[in-house]
Amino acid sequence: MVKANKSKNNVKNLKTVSINNLSHFYGKNENKKQVLNDVNLNIDKGELVLLKGPSGCGKTTLLTLIGALRTCQSGDLTVLNNQLNGASRKTRQILRRSIGMIFQGHNLLRCLTAEQNVQMGADLIKGLTYLQRREIARNWLSAVGLEEHHKKLPNDLSGGQKQRVAIARALSANPKLLLADEPTSALDSVTGREIVSLLRKLAKEQNCSVLMVTHDPRITDMADRILNMEDGKIYSAHSELI
Amino acid sequence: MSFSFLKFRKIPLAWLLLTRQPLRLAVAIAGISFAGILMFMQLGFRDGLFDTSVTIHKLLDADLVLISPRSKSSISMSGFPKRRLIQTLAIEDVEKTAPVNLNYLLWRNPENLKTRSILALGFNPSDSLLLDEGFSKKAYKLRNPSRVLFDKLSRPEFGPIEEWFLSEKKVETEVAGKRVIVEGLVELGPSFGADGNLITSRETFLRLFPANPTGSIEIGLVKLKKGSDPEMISRILNNSLPNDVRVLTKKQFIEFEKSYWKNSTAIGFIFSLGALMGFVVGCVVVYQILYSDVTDHLPEYATLLAMGYRLKSLFFVVAREGFLLALFGYLPAYFSGQILYSVIRSSTKLPIIMDADKTILIFVLVLVMCMGSAAVAMRKLVDADPAEIF
Repeated sequence: MVKANKSKNNVKNLKTVSINNLSHFYGKNENKKQVLNDVNLNIDKGELVLLKGPSGCGKTTLLTLIGALRTCQSGDLTVLNNQLNGASRKTRQILRRSIGMIFQGHNLLRCLTAEQNVQMGADLIKGLTYLQRREIARNWLSAVGLEEHHKKLPNDLSGGQKQRVAIARALSANPKLLLADEPTSALDSVTGREIVSLLRKLAKEQNCSVLMVTHDPRITDMADRILNMEDGKIYSAHSELI
Repeated sequence: MSFSFLKFRKIPLAWLLLTRQPLRLAVAIAGISFAGILMFMQLGFRDGLFDTSVTIHKLLDADLVLISPRSKSSISMSGFPKRRLIQTLAIEDVEKTAPVNLNYLLWRNPENLKTRSILALGFNPSDSLLLDEGFSKKAYKLRNPSRVLFDKLSRPEFGPIEEWFLSEKKVETEVAGKRVIVEGLVELGPSFGADGNLITSRETFLRLFPANPTGSIEIGLVKLKKGSDPEMISRILNNSLPNDVRVLTKKQFIEFEKSYWKNSTAIGFIFSLGALMGFVVGCVVVYQILYSDVTDHLPEYATLLAMGYRLKSLFFVVAREGFLLALFGYLPAYFSGQILYSVIRSSTKLPIIMDADKTILIFVLVLVMCMGSAAVAMRKLVDADPAEIF
C-alpha cells in the first residue's frame, strides 16, 4: 500500500498528513450524528499545527482518526504515506508505532518508573538491545530535564514533570508525527509554555510534525499554523474554510 | 547467548503490575495457596486411605501373586488349589513359591476379653513372606504350634499386646476360640478391611480355621529369578494355568486391591470432589484478582495499544501475571502441604506422603486454574479502546 501511494503521488511524500473530504459519523439510523464534515487538511514535515475549537466540534475525533485509533469511514486520510480508509487493523497498529501521542491526562503507567515509562516507547524500536533501549530512555529523560527523577514513580512527580515524561515517551520511539491533546491544560502558564517550547524544539530536531489540540491562548505564538474547528469543519485562523 | 538475552529482555510489566499493590498480591497468593493446600489435603487423604488398603500387599516378598478369579479384595478372598502354585515351578524363571492362607478370625482382647475381627495370614515359616530382613528370625518361632506374630500397629482395641510383650509378660489369648501365644511383634498397619493383623504358620492357621481345606490357599507368592520380566512371566502363566487361578504382578495385585476400594466405596468420589472444590475456589479467587487488575489498568492497556503495542502482547502480560500467581501461590501450598502431611502422619499413622505424582498434579491444577482465569480475564482487555483515552 505504501509502495502504491508513493508511485501515485510523490507530492504526498512531503506531507505527513493528507486529508481530503474526510467525514465521520457516530451512531446509526435516527441517532446518526456527523462529527466531521468534508474535512481537508495537509500537515507538512516538521510543522507544528495548533487545532482550536469548542468542545464537541470534532477535534478529538480528527486526532483519533489521524492517530489510526479509529476506522476511517469516508474520504481520504493518508498518514505517513499510509491510506487509512480501508486499512486493516494490523496496518493501523503498525502505523501507530510511528506516531507519538501525548494525552491530556499523561496516561503514564503507574507501576513503572519515569525511565521505564519512557522505555516502553523505546521498546517498540526493533533490533535494539535492552541496554540500548534503556540508554535511549535515559537520553530522552535527560532531554526533558528529568534525568535525576528517572527512578521516580508517576505518583511522585508533579503535573509538569509527568507531562515531560509523557513527551519523552512519545518521542523515544522516533515518531514522524506527534499528536497532542491539550498537553498544557493542567499546567500553569510558565510550565505550559516550557512544555510546548520543549516539544517544538525536540520535534524540529527530529523533523517530526506536530498536531496539537489546545484551548490555551498562551501558546498560540509558538505554532507554525493555527486552525480552528467548528461543527466538524476546519477553518484557517482567518476563518476561511479549508 | 548473553547478547540474545539482552536483546529480548523487556521491562517485567506483569511482575510490576502485580507487585504494585502488595496487599492485593498477598490476598491473591493466600487464596491460591489455600486452594492448593485444600487440594493437597483432599488428594493426600484419598491416596493415603487407598494406600492403607495395600500396606500388607506392598510388604509381600513376591514378584507375582496368584489369586482366585473369584477374589474381589483382601476382605473377600476365595481359595484356589495349592497345586497351581506348584505348577508355576515348571517355568524356568520361577525361583521359589510360598502358599499363604488369609482370612478374618476373632481375636479376644486379653485385657477386657472382648472379641474383634483380625486379619490372619498363615504361611510356612521356612518360606519368605515379607520383605523385612528381620522377619525370618521372627518367623522361625512360628514353627511351634499355636504361636502368632502380632501387628503392633493394630488398633488399641485388640489390647495392650505390645506393652505386655515388651515387658516380657507372656501374652496369651484366644483366636477363633483357640488358645494362641504371641511370640513376636511385626509392623504392618491397619487397613480399610482390617483393624489389626496377625501372622502365623499354615499349620496353626488351619487349626484355627478348620473349615479351610488343606489343599486350598488364598494367595500364592511367586519369587522370580533376577533379571526376569514379571509381566512376561505373568502372561505366560495366565495362558498356561487353568482358569481357576489368576496371575498378577505385584503392582497389579496392589492396583487390584486399590481399585476395589476406589470403585466400591465413595471415598474416591468424596475426596476428589473436595479437591475439585479447592480448584473452583482457587479459580474464583484468581479470576477476581486478575479481572480487577485488568479493569484497574484498562486505561494503561489502552495507552499501550495507542502506542502501537499489539493486543496479543497485552494478552501475554495477563498470561504472565497468571503464571506468576500460579508459581507464588503453589510454593507456599507445597511447603504447607509437607508440614501438614507430616503432622497427619505422626498423629494418625496414615501413610500420607508428598509423592512426585501429587506434586506435579497439583502444580498442573494450580497452573490450569491461574492460566484459565487469566484467559477469562483477558476478555476484558478487548474493552481497552485506545480511541477512548483521548
